[in-house]
Amino acid sequence: MTSVRTLLEKPWLWSFVGALVVWLATVAFTGGYGAGGMVTAALSLAVFTVIVGVGQMFVITLGPGNVDLSLPANIGLASAVAMKVMGGSDSMIVVGLLAALACGAAIGAINYLLIWALRIPPIIATLSASFIIQSVDISYGRGLQIKPPPGFADFTNWQVLGIPVLAMLTVIFTIGAALALQRMIYGRSVLAIGQNIRAAWLAGVHVGRIRFLTYTLCGALGGIDGALLAGYFRGANVDIGNEYLLASIAVVVIGGTSVAGGKANVPGVWGAGLFLVLLLTMLNTFGVSAGVRLVLTGLIIVGVITAAGGEKAAR
Amino acid sequence: MTAIAPGTLPKSSPRGSAARARLLRGLLPALSLALVLIAIAWLNPRAISYFGFNLMLNLAIPIALATIAQMFVIAGNELDLSIGTFVGFVGCVTATWLRDAPLLGILVLLGSIGVYALLGALIHLRNLPSIVVTLGMSFVWQGLAILVLPKPGGKAPDWLLSIMSFKPPYIPFPILAALIIAAVVHFGLMRTSYGVILRGSGGNAAALRRAGWSLLKTKIVLFALTGLFGVLSGMALIGITTSADANIGNGYTLLSIAGVILGGGEFVGGRVSPVGAVLGALTLALAASPLLTFMHIPPDWQVAANGAILIIVLAARVLISRRER
Repeated sequence: MTSVRTLLEKPWLWSFVGALVVWLATVAFTGGYGAGGMVTAALSLAVFTVIVGVGQMFVITLGPGNVDLSLPANIGLASAVAMKVMGGSDSMIVVGLLAALACGAAIGAINYLLIWALRIPPIIATLSASFIIQSVDISYGRGLQIKPPPGFADFTNWQVLGIPVLAMLTVIFTIGAALALQRMIYGRSVLAIGQNIRAAWLAGVHVGRIRFLTYTLCGALGGIDGALLAGYFRGANVDIGNEYLLASIAVVVIGGTSVAGGKANVPGVWGAGLFLVLLLTMLNTFGVSAGVRLVLTGLIIVGVITAAGGEKAAR
Repeated sequence: MTAIAPGTLPKSSPRGSAARARLLRGLLPALSLALVLIAIAWLNPRAISYFGFNLMLNLAIPIALATIAQMFVIAGNELDLSIGTFVGFVGCVTATWLRDAPLLGILVLLGSIGVYALLGALIHLRNLPSIVVTLGMSFVWQGLAILVLPKPGGKAPDWLLSIMSFKPPYIPFPILAALIIAAVVHFGLMRTSYGVILRGSGGNAAALRRAGWSLLKTKIVLFALTGLFGVLSGMALIGITTSADANIGNGYTLLSIAGVILGGGEFVGGRVSPVGAVLGALTLALAASPLLTFMHIPPDWQVAANGAILIIVLAARVLISRRER
């Protein structure tokens, strides 16, 4: 009995329950038609949210005020960089991925540089950076109509037994992220900083280095995500990352990570990512208009966060 | 909240230089606006005229109003990421219902201010992160805007058009309006006793609660004021553009935050400045498009100019603050 209760106390469980409920509602509506295909589609789309969500989760875990608002601009620029470097040829896929990774990591490093040098809140630092990145992307990606190399486009759409390979790789990546968070010095340091930055510093945690690493990691994940998105949707686009600002923060919060920092949850990011994608699928299946879909999405996010409730004030 | 360490208390001898640094810091928003104006005057002297200002500051009034709206939530240590889509929603209502069925339009706009007040109550009672709640709400406002006005169009009410095209003698209307907005909000927030309580709810909430003030009420009032100025911003915007589009306000979320910070506001501690916020909004409005056009920089870099100004001003602030301690 106690095991059931401890399981129910896990905040991330609810995101999976939500995803399941939404999926069942949709399947009931279609009369069982397309139930499997829906899971496949949800998995392949959720991957992109989960990758940036994990990055955002590490950043948010650093404590109140830490959030990366530059992710959409970062994703947009990295998608253009990846497509330009690959230049449509299969032999350049790895180089292009590395370029997107480097581009994202550089943006993350610049974010932290601004936070550190100007001693400004991360929200403003990443916001200013995103203004500039956005312009760079508009100027750099203007008229860019390079298709991804066929091998890369196939890879991002590759499925084995109805399960996208990209989703399997992302599951492995998230297991790695969970291990890093709970079992490695890096992850424990992130949690310690989020719980009390001063205590962490007094305990000998390299606060500056860990924060730098975290912002760079989040940027790099944004970069990789941009490249994969460009492969999946067959082309780069300035607006390709726009929806990932809300999505990356929403999956972190819905997934049971504390916005106040110091408490992170990797499985919840998957549950919340699937929940969001399936929710959109359900609303599309019900045939509601774009306006109603947006209103319901917003209300459900507000409803979920209200139901989950905030942390009791520490002071 | 922020305990003052004994070492940072102003000592008697360097008090003069600390006061000077604080003054310089307070003047920073005005200085940055002056710099942008000087650059424009140097590049194109003819722009500094009644007609030129009317043209260059065309969109400054809605931006200033949205910035003031954002300033109220920031005064309470919260952040509103939905103000841009809210301005768009108000714009759509203004260009449709407010013209065709004024009573319905007024009720809807008042109702939306009520929604803001409820959000404030919800955020306070459930202790929710305002970033997430308002991000969710940004979807709601955008969806409602699309439902009200599926295709770009509509028309502003005539009375609104005539207000926004008002041409006072000598002083260009945008500057006059900015002065009035700054003066009214400055008086309300900085000079009245309840204004002090509102700012105090961001500065030291625990102290206010022990003094017997309702934090729920301050949060509701701050959010309702944000809603009110958001409504004014959306109406002013439609009065200028004459027709609406569901996405018309989307850029205002980031612009308004940038304006508050440029104007000397801080995210925590209830440190905001209405005059500074208006100056910040004017700086952004001028720097983004007129300055770049005169410098022959392609419009691609407009957004970057906002980012660069933000970074430069914050860097200047760091240099000044270093002298402050």
